[in-house]
Amino acid sequence: MRLVRFLPAVLVLAVALLPLAVPWLKIILTVALAKGLAVLGVVVLLRAGQVSFGHAMFFAASAYSAAFLMQGFGGMDLAVLLLAGTVCSGAMGAVIGLFVVRYRYIFFGMLNLAFSMVLYALLEKMFHVTGGSDGMAVGRPTYFGFELARTAFETALFYTSLVLAGAACWCVHRFLRSPLGEALSAIRTNETRLEYLGISARRVLLIAYVLSAALAGLGGTVIAVNQGVVTPDLGYWIRSGEFVFIAILGGAGNVLGAFAGALVYELVRFYAAAMAADVWQMILGFVLLGIILFASRGFVGLYQDLVAVAAPGRPGRERGRKR
Amino acid sequence: MSATLLEARNLCISFGGVQAADGIDLDVRDGERLAIIGPNGAGKTTFLNICTGYLTPAAGSVRFRGHDITALAPRTITRMGIARAFQSPQLFHEQCVIDNLLLAAAARERAWNPFRPLRERPERDEMVALLELFGLAEYAASMVDELPEGTRKLIDIAVALALRPQLLLMDEPTSGVSSLEKFRIMDLLVNALAVQGVTSVFVEHDMEMVERYADRVAVWSSGRIQSVGPPDQVLTDPAVMRDVIGV
Repeated sequence: MRLVRFLPAVLVLAVALLPLAVPWLKIILTVALAKGLAVLGVVVLLRAGQVSFGHAMFFAASAYSAAFLMQGFGGMDLAVLLLAGTVCSGAMGAVIGLFVVRYRYIFFGMLNLAFSMVLYALLEKMFHVTGGSDGMAVGRPTYFGFELARTAFETALFYTSLVLAGAACWCVHRFLRSPLGEALSAIRTNETRLEYLGISARRVLLIAYVLSAALAGLGGTVIAVNQGVVTPDLGYWIRSGEFVFIAILGGAGNVLGAFAGALVYELVRFYAAAMAADVWQMILGFVLLGIILFASRGFVGLYQDLVAVAAPGRPGRERGRKR
Repeated sequence: MSATLLEARNLCISFGGVQAADGIDLDVRDGERLAIIGPNGAGKTTFLNICTGYLTPAAGSVRFRGHDITALAPRTITRMGIARAFQSPQLFHEQCVIDNLLLAAAARERAWNPFRPLRERPERDEMVALLELFGLAEYAASMVDELPEGTRKLIDIAVALALRPQLLLMDEPTSGVSSLEKFRIMDLLVNALAVQGVTSVFVEHDMEMVERYADRVAVWSSGRIQSVGPPDQVLTDPAVMRDVIGV
């Protein structure tokens, strides 16, 4: 029973130690953490019942901002890139959010998709600025003032991503339980009552939208530095769909689920692509089908059920809360 | 005589040829309990919708404490001090009772610290005390959608009162409640309004409730006010008895 309760901590520790045992895995794990940050952004919006099919635009925007900064200044520190990417995406989220928060459900999702395709087209067609479909190279930045060799930098980037993921989880967890976060859930359940409490649903959703864009931006900077190259594919609609896919896989609306889903997704994708190169998308599809049919609350839901079985009478979910 | 809290002047609105408000003039006095009665479709709920910003009238104005609130959004009107309870309870059904009230308290205090959980709000004791006024403290941790209709109606009113309004508008506060329960519920409600010093307007179909709990009655008929006055005077008016009460 005790082991089940500490399973998340054990898994986090395993992820932290895995690169020491299998060094090449740290690149994949860093990608998973970067995507997990973007998925966390999607999860924030899911709390309001809104699904964004365009969040990869913020992922791409911050990745390109890192590329431009690296090329423009002939090098830059990782801390500055992370900060600039997050601020850039957050600001972009504030501008786009002013339009999209006026809409709900399918219109919200499609409007996000439309904006992301505009950005994708710009990145693809403005060849002389963005490098077109070839993209832009991103050199290795300094790490908080230190110049690190490639392997050391990759290790440092992995652990930095892990710390960022932990900090983001804590912040989003607190945010979702704050009055603002509860008001965000209320958009899904009763927007009329929310307005009659004197709360602007649009303003609440805009704040959440900016936060989700900033999180996607943080992930985008990590992936740009990790891969060393950025291409328009980072902002393509398939990438946005991937974030939604991972959010459902992990457990829609759950903070830890974003990273659990991202880790499983990247590992399944990596091994499926290595062992069944022609059908790896089909394998991923079957995994998602299995989750939707047999564990609709995703990996986090599975874990909560496991806790409930291990300790009968002790609910896996917080009392007085249905999520 | 008490000061006027809300003034409606010459309100007009129609829906597809049906005149729901046709030159409505009505004052709500500070501290009173005003009942609105009339047949279905007479425009009673429309009046509440106009006063809370859900509908904008084609003509006329509503002033609250001297401020024109005619075209303001519901959230702005709520912040000015007018709260509303609905005929069908409007609650956050995925949250427990105390969270529903705490969110109202946070909105009232404009407390939007993104890192402080709602459940750690300092208004928790105040909200429990508010639930106690309605005899509902035992349901604080219950999920809203697990409770009976009558209880949810009271919680809907408690949520509105958590905003500490000056004026509370209620649409049939005891509809859907058994005849045995409705007097108990109204007694609790009237006591809570008195404790908080809240002026109230309530739409009602039950003449016994009106007679017992209202200070004044306004009679609606086809978008017009047929009569306004104390219950003993209005409810014995032959025209009201014939057109509204059906005697």
